[in-house]
Amino acid sequence: MSNIAVAALRQSGSLFALVLDVLRALPRRPFQTKEFIQQCWFIASVTIVPTALVSIPFGAVIALQLGTLTRQLGAQSFTGAASVLAVIREASPIVTALLIAGAGGSAICADLGSRKIREEIDAMEVLGISPIHRLVVPRVLAAMLVSLLLNGLVSVVGVAGGYFFNVIIQGGTPGAYIASFTALAQLADLWTSEIKAVIFGFIAAVVASYKGLTAGGGPKGVGDAVNQSVVITFMFLFVVNFVVSAIYFQVVPQKI
Amino acid sequence: MGVEIRVEGLTKRFGSQTIWNDVTLTLPAGEISVMLGPSGTGKSVFLKTLVGLLKPDAGSIWIEGRDLTRLREHDLYEVRKLFGVLFQDGALFGSMTLYDNVAFPLREHTKKSESEIRNIVLEKMELVGLQGAENKLPGEISGGMRKRAGLARALVLDPEILLIDEPDSGLDPVRTSYINQLFIDLNAQIDATFLIVTHDINSTRTVPDNIGLLYHKHLAMFGPREMLLSSEEPVVRQFLNAQTIGPIGMSEEKDADELAAESGQELPPLPPIPLQLKTSNGVPRRGERPPGEWCRANGVTPPPGSFESHTAGLTGGGAQGGAARVAGAEADGATAAGAPGSADREGVLS
Repeated sequence: MSNIAVAALRQSGSLFALVLDVLRALPRRPFQTKEFIQQCWFIASVTIVPTALVSIPFGAVIALQLGTLTRQLGAQSFTGAASVLAVIREASPIVTALLIAGAGGSAICADLGSRKIREEIDAMEVLGISPIHRLVVPRVLAAMLVSLLLNGLVSVVGVAGGYFFNVIIQGGTPGAYIASFTALAQLADLWTSEIKAVIFGFIAAVVASYKGLTAGGGPKGVGDAVNQSVVITFMFLFVVNFVVSAIYFQVVPQKI
Repeated sequence: MGVEIRVEGLTKRFGSQTIWNDVTLTLPAGEISVMLGPSGTGKSVFLKTLVGLLKPDAGSIWIEGRDLTRLREHDLYEVRKLFGVLFQDGALFGSMTLYDNVAFPLREHTKKSESEIRNIVLEKMELVGLQGAENKLPGEISGGMRKRAGLARALVLDPEILLIDEPDSGLDPVRTSYINQLFIDLNAQIDATFLIVTHDINSTRTVPDNIGLLYHKHLAMFGPREMLLSSEEPVVRQFLNAQTIGPIGMSEEKDADELAAESGQELPPLPPIPLQLKTSNGVPRRGERPPGEWCRANGVTPPPGSFESHTAGLTGGGAQGGAARVAGAEADGATAAGAPGSADREGVLS
């Protein structure tokens, strides 16, 4: 039992050590521009389509739930307000988190893991090049940027999906729906949402890199590492999402 | 001119499991040493510890007056520039062509222009016999070619120390002979300190200047080739002659009963010591010593028939691989520089 606890502590210790290493390697020159752009493109290409496809039903289900709820409460005029709030504050960062961890993170982990077991990472270190500076930093930055942009995409697609279901399917009033957008939501909601997305991108990329760089035991080891990286990232992201939301409500005064 | 590596009291553990304990040896500058050992004795771990990829639990590694185990990360990257390492499968970067792989260290560490880089890369590719394969990806070529490309990459920064992990794993006996010859010629050319990790007995008997044997979590012996090949030490004798009689068992050590059962059996006599492989152009290497020198200096009588041919005492598939060689070697009076095929080999190597 104590062995498991020690192993878990050791893992989290080395994960945080990697975070520090990444932060230390961030300002180091030369910046790996080519790798950064390639990774941005790569992560974007594996996440854009699934993200769009996930966010449409996500926006729709929120619209459905709220449409019914507001009617029960007799607050139909606030359907648009509530739906925008739900999409931007929670749904959008969560969808981004799921996709950046599930599609982006797993791809990063598999890539680094297979390089690790082919001894490419060792070879790189022996050639006097830090894999953290060369491989991990561009991936982390790329995941953060793509995550930020994905979050915008999810917000737009989610709100549009909500509008479609509320107005077209449920027969809501288009004017009231759009007019109530700013009744509850404020600009700070959008900022928080984007900050969350950037943090999620950072966490997903660091955990994936950590698991990839410590993969061992042949191809099966890489599979295990990918699996663990997705699970660990999910757990982290949901906790962090809660913490950031809690801080947000303490710091930013809400509209009444 | 190679660099000496002095290893003192090196110990490595994974958790509670000791890999090897208190390893002390000196790899002489510019000479070829081989590290041998049964499977799973941590030979590759030893190699990775020497470049600082793994941290030992105790002991030190002295290179040019610096202790590698106590260096900060930044200095460690500096010291690593002295090293060239050939990993088991070449460890090429899968997303780059062979040309880019070999050019990679130059582009990262030097300010050379692309045309200078091109000259160096093509020279090293030719050295390992890979001209014409520059634009292939590592996934498209055979294991032997990957190894040679990995070697070209390891050589490109003119290393003072070359570490080679199992050069013969996955290679047929003929290719193994070629790659052994390549090591000898390279050593003559660049004078680097070589450490080859292997468990191929035939390569061990003919290639190195020094042999070390890791066994049962310690360094059983390290010294000149002739010292180990003429040694009566049971473990060394058993391993270097690939016998079942001796202290090494199938899984680990034999127990007392098994050893007792063997006690009556008579050990076959030590096989003769073969001549060391020469450079293909006949120019002696700096670290080369005349055959039998160590035995004479230390008053050891080598086994009968020693130093007469290049394949004396070789076993199994290797002997077949070397069979062609022995015919030529004998024709040349067993001392001539070239082995048959050295003509083709020159085509490949120079």
